[in-house]
Order: sequence, then structure tokens, then C-alpha cells
Amino acid sequence: MNSIAFLVISVLTLAAALAAATLRNLMHAALCLPLVLVGVASFFFLLGAEFVGLALVFIYVGAVAVLIVFTILLTRRGVEKDPGFHWMGVIIALAVFGGLTWSILQTHSLSIVPPHIRALTVRKIGETLMTGYVWPLQCVGLLLTAALIGALVLVMEEKR
Amino acid sequence: MSSALDQIFVHAKRWLLSWVAVAPSWVIQIASSLINIVAVLAVFLTLFALISVMERKILARMQNRYGPNRVGPFGLFQPVADGIKMLIKEDIVPARADKVVHFLAPVILAAVAILTLGVIPYGRNMTPFTIDGGILFFFAVGSTTELAVFMAGWASNNKFSMLGAMRAIAQMFSYELPLIIAVLPVVMVVGSLMPDRIVAAQGEYTLGIVPRWFVFTPWGFTAFLLFFISGLVESNRTPFDVPEGESEIVAGHMTEYSGFKYATFFMAEYLGMFAVSGLAVTMFLGGWHAPVRVLEVVPSYVWFFLKLSALLFVYIWLRATLPRIRVDQMMNVAWKFILPMAFTCVIAAAVWHYAGRGLRGWLWSLFVIVVVYSALSILLDTRRKFAPRVYRFAE
Repeated sequence: MNSIAFLVISVLTLAAALAAATLRNLMHAALCLPLVLVGVASFFFLLGAEFVGLALVFIYVGAVAVLIVFTILLTRRGVEKDPGFHWMGVIIALAVFGGLTWSILQTHSLSIVPPHIRALTVRKIGETLMTGYVWPLQCVGLLLTAALIGALVLVMEEKR
Repeated sequence: MSSALDQIFVHAKRWLLSWVAVAPSWVIQIASSLINIVAVLAVFLTLFALISVMERKILARMQNRYGPNRVGPFGLFQPVADGIKMLIKEDIVPARADKVVHFLAPVILAAVAILTLGVIPYGRNMTPFTIDGGILFFFAVGSTTELAVFMAGWASNNKFSMLGAMRAIAQMFSYELPLIIAVLPVVMVVGSLMPDRIVAAQGEYTLGIVPRWFVFTPWGFTAFLLFFISGLVESNRTPFDVPEGESEIVAGHMTEYSGFKYATFFMAEYLGMFAVSGLAVTMFLGGWHAPVRVLEVVPSYVWFFLKLSALLFVYIWLRATLPRIRVDQMMNVAWKFILPMAFTCVIAAAVWHYAGRGLRGWLWSLFVIVVVYSALSILLDTRRKFAPRVYRFAE
């Protein structure tokens, strides 16, 4: 049953990704992106990493997708013109794909059998974050607070 | 006897599953999920029909008139008539609208609302979808609502729709933060994101009388109020129905919808309201636990739905009594008052925990909340600053 689910999800995810990359209407492409992310999140669910999947949906579908959609709305209008076909793009894409595949096949990690991992519970993630990774967590928190204050400063009404 | 009545639905499901007991395990898995889905849909769509007529009845009572009383006894069949009316209405899609996105928006909105209903424990052993991070699931899936509302507003190709969608997204984003942070103290005290564990943590009774619901602690009470207000905003209900605002922008993002698509929007709004109230019951009001130990003979799901209806009644009551709040005032309250208070609840919960969770902790956390509340009230006092409103962009 897992393999059937894997097949269905991967076909949907790939189709959505293709649509996001090729659709002429920019807004349609932007709306396909959350679909891809939901597909990736369901992969995480399938692998038992619920927290990662939920965080993905929460951050990317809930916030980043809306941000992208708004950016498009506020900057561009209408349908983009057909930019024509570039052979150079195809060559670069194939080169990148080939290079990545080659380097992945070169590594030794492929031959290592993955150790059996127990289900990744939210509790375990929380404990790890609060014990071993306290400093990185606090630094990220500080960074985000600074970003929030920066955003507030940017939109503050200037006194005349 | 009481436990048999309590577990009657669990036994019913087990009996249904015994029909396919010989099938391979994945068939049983799918059958089990299907039963849960059908149960949630049946219960909440019935509740939706019931609430829509009850709301009109209560509103009418509060406004000193009769309300629907023509169809069936006491007008109880009104939702059936409404449903048929909505179904046979013409479905108008604007010529310049984006057909696919226009169609998908209400579907996604309703689907999201139904999904969030899945993680709430409705009774003992009665959680349709048990998941380790249930609370996180609720908010993660719920955050997709904004995108659906945007799709509705954008695809309609109408300025009222777009304005309504913009307003809806602005207010949902602003109030999502306090909504989540108000839940944080409960998660922190229980030490779990699982709704069942949170309900179990509230199952004891102090001195055998007072239930240990989190609403009876100072931080819990404050967080409950904040959660309720934020939930009211998230479900676009009346004091905060700025996105719809009939008198300003026709019907907001629903302007270009008619017939059954409009009904779907309506349904999604109510289902979202049920979900937020259900979560409030789970987090603060002790879930399906009885308020007194003696009353535990009454089945657990009865208690859950009693608490849920009490909250829904408050929703309707507020709708009948409060006027719409101005957009800028609403945003000010969110960022300057509700968010700091939500953070205070987190601190007060920590104080409560480290002062021993007893009377001492109770008083200390009350002290923290009162201090911050008074400080905020003094800081945000605008009585001396009344002046003609200055319009920056509309002169």
C-alpha cells in the first residue's frame, strides 16, 4: 500500500512541479507551487516524519506561498510574453543534472545500508532542540526578532 | 452500563470492521478511515444544518421577532429548504473570471475546514485521526485557508472580491499568531502536542469537586479569552466580519459566487467555527471530561458537544449584540494588546509550573497577568489623545 501511495504522490508532485515551471499564467504557476509542497509534505508523512511534513505545510503553504502570490499581484500584470526557446537553457539544465547525478553516484554513502530509525516524535525533536541545540535555536530566535523589528521600522510612519 | 453507552460508537465501529475482518490489513485500514470520515462528515454537516436554523432563531429572539417558523415544526426544516434552494439556483461564473481557480477556491476552503475537524477528540477513544502532533496539524492545515480565500478573491476578477480577500488575509495573518501563542502555554504545561494527552491532563479533580481544566488557572483563563477572540477573527464572524462587510464591499471574496458555491463558502465558515471551538474545548475546557466526577455517568461525547454548543451560542450571541469593528482598530488590538498578553500567558504558565502548580502557583501567575495587564492598559490609554483622524493616503 505504501508503494502505491508513493507512486500516486510522486506522480502528482511531479505534475504539479512541471505545471509550476511551465504554466504561462504566472498566478497559476504560483498556485501550483503549494501543491508541490503539499506533495513533498506527504512524502515526509509516508516516511513517518510527521513534524517535518507539518512544518513544511505550515511555513511554505501557509506563509511563503501567500507571500509569493502577493508579490506577483503587487508587481506584475497580465500574461507574460513567450520568451522563445533557448537551446542554451536545455544544455545548462542537462549539464547540471548530469553533474549532480555523477557526483551522487561517486559518493560512498550510497552503498551504506541506512540504520533502522525509530519514529521521529515531536517530543524527541523538542528535547533535542532544547538540550543539544539550544544555542543555534536562540541565535535563530534573535535573528528572527531582529527581522521583525526591521520590518516594523521599515513600515513605521515617518514624522513630518 | 454507563461505560457501554460511553463506548457505543467505538463498539459500533468495531462491529462494522468485523465484517471485513478476513480482508488484508490495508483493506481494514482504508475501511477504518472511511468510517471515521463518514462519521465526522455526517455529524458536522447535521450540526451545520441545525446551527444555521438555531442561529436565525436565536438572533430573532434577541431582536424581538419570530425567525423562521414556516417550514416544519418550529421552522426546523428550514435548512432543507435552503439547501434545495441553493442547489437549484443558477451557478453564475463571471465571463472574465479564472474558471478553474474560481471553482477550486470554495472546494479547498471546505476541505481544509473538514480536515481540521479530524484531530479533535470527541469522546473517550473517539479521535478520528490520532497523530503525534495533532495541534500542529490543526494549525498547519488551517493556515491553508488564507490561500483559498486569496484564490477566491483573485479568480473572481472583481475589485470587491480582491479587496475582501486582501482584508481577509491581513486579518487572518495578524490573528493567527496570537491564536497559536495562546495555545502554547497549554502545550508547554502538558508537554505534548497530542490532543488526547491534553484532554487526559485535565481529567483530575482538585478536592474531588473542582475539575482541573486549564480555564480555571489565571493563565488558562486569559489564554482562553485570547484564543476565543482570535478564533472569532479567524472564522470571520460578526464583530470581525470586515472581509465580508456587506455595507462596504458587497460580500468581499464571495461577491462573485452564487448558488451552491456560495453555500459551500457558508458551510466552510461554519465548519471552521466548529473546529476552532472544538479546539478551544479540547485545550481549555477539559475536552470530553465531565465538570463533576458524579456526572461522569453521562457519556463523554455528550459533554463535548454540550461545551461546543455553549461556545457556539456565545458566537451567535456576540453576532446579535456587537457592531463591526473598524479595520485599523482591529489590527491595533491584535499587535499591541492581544499578542503581548498571549506572551504573558506563556510566562505566567511557566511561573505556575515552577511555583508548584498549587495555590501558590495560582496566585503568582495571577500576579504576573495582572501586572502586565495594568501596564498595557496604562501604556495603550488613548483617552487624552483623541483628535481628528488623519488620512494619509486618501486626501
